[in-house]
Amino acid sequence: MGDVALVTGTRKGIGRHLVDHFLHKGYAVAGCSREAFEGPLPEGYRHYLADVADERAVVDMVRDVQNSCGGITVLVNNAGIASMNHLLLTPLSTVERIFSTNVFGTFLVMREVAKVMSAARYGRIVNFATVATPLDLEGEASYAASKAAVESLTRIAARELAPFNITVNAVGPTPVMTDLVRSVPKRKLDALIRKQAIARFGEQRDITNVIDFLVSRDSDFVTGQTIYLGGVS
Amino acid sequence: MDEKQVLQLVIETVSREADDLGYNELRVPTAETSLFGGEAGVDSLSLVRLIAAVERAAEIQFGRNIVLADEKAMSMRSSPFRTVGTLGDLLYQRLRAVDG
Repeated sequence: MGDVALVTGTRKGIGRHLVDHFLHKGYAVAGCSREAFEGPLPEGYRHYLADVADERAVVDMVRDVQNSCGGITVLVNNAGIASMNHLLLTPLSTVERIFSTNVFGTFLVMREVAKVMSAARYGRIVNFATVATPLDLEGEASYAASKAAVESLTRIAARELAPFNITVNAVGPTPVMTDLVRSVPKRKLDALIRKQAIARFGEQRDITNVIDFLVSRDSDFVTGQTIYLGGVS
Repeated sequence: MDEKQVLQLVIETVSREADDLGYNELRVPTAETSLFGGEAGVDSLSLVRLIAAVERAAEIQFGRNIVLADEKAMSMRSSPFRTVGTLGDLLYQRLRAVDG
């Protein structure tokens, strides 16, 4: 079996870019999104219509990828949603929606994929964090808190899965010009970027560079880490 | 699919995983063989591996994707992971539930 990558949230943005990135590196790639993939499916890519917070859908998807591709060597838990709002104006339903995708979804996909990886005694898992957590950004309480939970999941999963030769890490991007941040007012984004050591927007290549490092076979002594971009710590 | 077939699947899976997990006593298991929670049996990591292996085996043999460690299983007063037989019972119940 060659390398197989499962990437969640691949309909657009960073997830879509990661599909092309892994295909270019010779991986068989599978991915999922709640809505249909935008444009024609690239050769070598399998797409699933699945909500990562739906346990049944995740179990079925992961087992199907295992059966079709012979295993899963890399998981990138990219699917995520954000919402900017003052705490006093945030409906509970928004918080539930954010946690459902960002935390429960990351947990579910990680759990099911780790079963596949544990049988093969090898795996690389990369979760998505955010600089909004260490920066304690006003207006992002629920989003930052959900990603703080992802960081905690990452650290503990790293310990629990280490005996199976599975590493679990997270990448914490700065804002990248995707749909996730397009609705955020420019002055807010500018203020955020000024808090970074390197004051610029992130680019897809910044993220894939860190992911490439984390999923490398040589990175077998790197686990439980969250790597923030832009000099945020 | 009946209870005997399901138990047999669990026995075969445990037997197949025994060497890899490093438990000689699991090479020829029976329904009474202890798995987890008593004096004998496997450590928690090995149990995790076994549960994943049984789920996978059930999928291959019966074509059903099931999750054994669900809320019901984890909150049972008497652990369903005590012996090979109780794990077989749990698997049979989950397979039946999927079939509706």
